[in-house]
Amino acid sequence: MNTIKRLLPGRKALIATPYLWLLLFFLVPFAIVLKISFAEMIIAIPPYTSLVEFADETLNISLNLGNYIFLIEDDMYLNAYLSSVQIAFNATVFCLLLGYPMAYAMARAPQHMQTTLLLLVLLPSWTSFLIRIYAWMGILKNNGLINNALMFLGIIDDPLLIMNTNIAVYIGIVYAYLPFMVLPLYANLVKHDHSLLEASADLGSRPWKTFLTVTLPLSKSGVIAGSMLVFIPAVGEFVIPELLGGPDTLMIGRVLWQEFFNNRDWPVASALAMVMLMLLIIPMALFHHYQSKELTVDEVGERS
Amino acid sequence: MRSHRNKRFTFSNSLLIIGLLFLYLPMIIMIIYSFNESRLVTVWAGFSTKWYGELFADTQLLQAIGMSLEIAFWSSCMAVVLGTMAAFVMTRYRRFRGKTAFSSMITAPLVMPDVITGLSLLLLFVAMANTIGWPAERGMLTIWIAHVTFCAAYATVVISSRLREVDRSIEEAAMDLGATPFKTFFQITLPGIAPALAAGWLLSFTLSLDDLVIASFVSGPGATTLPMVVFSSVRLGISPKINALATLIILAVSLAAFITWWFMRRQETRRLQMINIKDYEADQMQLSYEPSADQTNTRRVTSTINVTPPKNCHSSDKHKTAI
Repeated sequence: MNTIKRLLPGRKALIATPYLWLLLFFLVPFAIVLKISFAEMIIAIPPYTSLVEFADETLNISLNLGNYIFLIEDDMYLNAYLSSVQIAFNATVFCLLLGYPMAYAMARAPQHMQTTLLLLVLLPSWTSFLIRIYAWMGILKNNGLINNALMFLGIIDDPLLIMNTNIAVYIGIVYAYLPFMVLPLYANLVKHDHSLLEASADLGSRPWKTFLTVTLPLSKSGVIAGSMLVFIPAVGEFVIPELLGGPDTLMIGRVLWQEFFNNRDWPVASALAMVMLMLLIIPMALFHHYQSKELTVDEVGERS
Repeated sequence: MRSHRNKRFTFSNSLLIIGLLFLYLPMIIMIIYSFNESRLVTVWAGFSTKWYGELFADTQLLQAIGMSLEIAFWSSCMAVVLGTMAAFVMTRYRRFRGKTAFSSMITAPLVMPDVITGLSLLLLFVAMANTIGWPAERGMLTIWIAHVTFCAAYATVVISSRLREVDRSIEEAAMDLGATPFKTFFQITLPGIAPALAAGWLLSFTLSLDDLVIASFVSGPGATTLPMVVFSSVRLGISPKINALATLIILAVSLAAFITWWFMRRQETRRLQMINIKDYEADQMQLSYEPSADQTNTRRVTSTINVTPPKNCHSSDKHKTAI
């Protein structure tokens, strides 16, 4: 009884510290973004109007929907959202097609090699993201390595246009996010019980069918976690389209950056962010669901 | 099983090799060209280390490196403290009011696009400066807060996966013997999760060091971090100086990764020897008793197996016992 009493204030403080930090620096900022997305741009510091005004004994609350209407009416923004989702989706599929076999091979590798392989896959993501994207600029540009090599070999006469196209953006996203796809897939695949595969084989199933009917369904949560870890940040990606993409590579993260830093239009940037968040809330919930599902599975395992 | 093992060049194995080549070739090319004499990055004109000399003569860049390291150091310290608390709350407290909101707020920063996080935090800082006058100016402090917030999410995930595996009976034993929860945490739990704390700290450190977008939003005049300098230089095109910088970063990260890997493996061996005595006894029961040299050898092997895929052995063992 005594220990429980002593524990209680400690328990509350323990919950409260990270909770309050996250509330103040993660949740409240979104409320402010929402608020400013309903404001109007003015030339002042800060460059937006306040929503609530008290003058002549009346309380004026003005919600300016103009920013959202502006986003709907201008095709550019809609196209930016659509092409961001499309690029992120395709890049996620490419990541999955390359990452799944990689994770599978890692999980099937001899035990003593697994740490090394995992380290090899993760190591690039610990170096600088910016510099890894930069590395591709030297390889892909018109007088870059690929074009020089192909022209030297006489395969092509004119340099291939890869840099500043969407192909370069795809290469950049797959390259940068591949470790984030492989990691959750590996963590899932390595937990699989080999006896299930053996049972399936004993019952006459071919390896390919065993994979489709046993391994793949069992790895569903890993596939979803990995895909969301790639898809969601890729939708809002700024650095990759800015450095590898061309002027016509429309991605919403880049548009938001330009609205904010070049046009200094904070309310429109906020509205863009809010719409992006609405777009991503379903994938995020999906990610959270499968993340916590993994956790509960572990807890069940612990109890048994 | 044997026939499977012999197939070294299966479809997935060859894709693993292709994938690793894809990951490493661009970096290797970058390293090679950092020693290129020519300013043109793609034409080889002879070996030279002059770009490294120029790199160390660039005071603006060196200042930015210093600032980035300082921010990264303090961000990861705070992120580990917050992350440990959050991980402890998530794994030890079954129910409390707002647990769902809490766990969502922890996982959301993992996938939140940087532009949204950066914009929202900047707007918060502006609003706070207007209403309570703090933070008066944006700079290192605001970058620190922003980095702590998203690094803490990563630290929480790393630490809580370890906390879930820690054998709780030792904590209970300590409490039964009269240790306060506080003392139990610092003397029993903390040493047990030390490798995860180190991993969380290092992950936070690299994430903070690497962040361009969020720092660009929340920084003010005078606070320029390394990624901001690199970005503004890279935007103008390719520069061999950045290749030299990249080489040094890759070298430092590889070295740090190697040391951590080695250190953690040793730590883990020791930790498992202390905690999983039962496991070892079981192992020893299976093996016939042999001279001590051999035993330590098998110990090391089993513990590395446990280290490699943290959940693998345990869960499958448990499944088998459950079945």
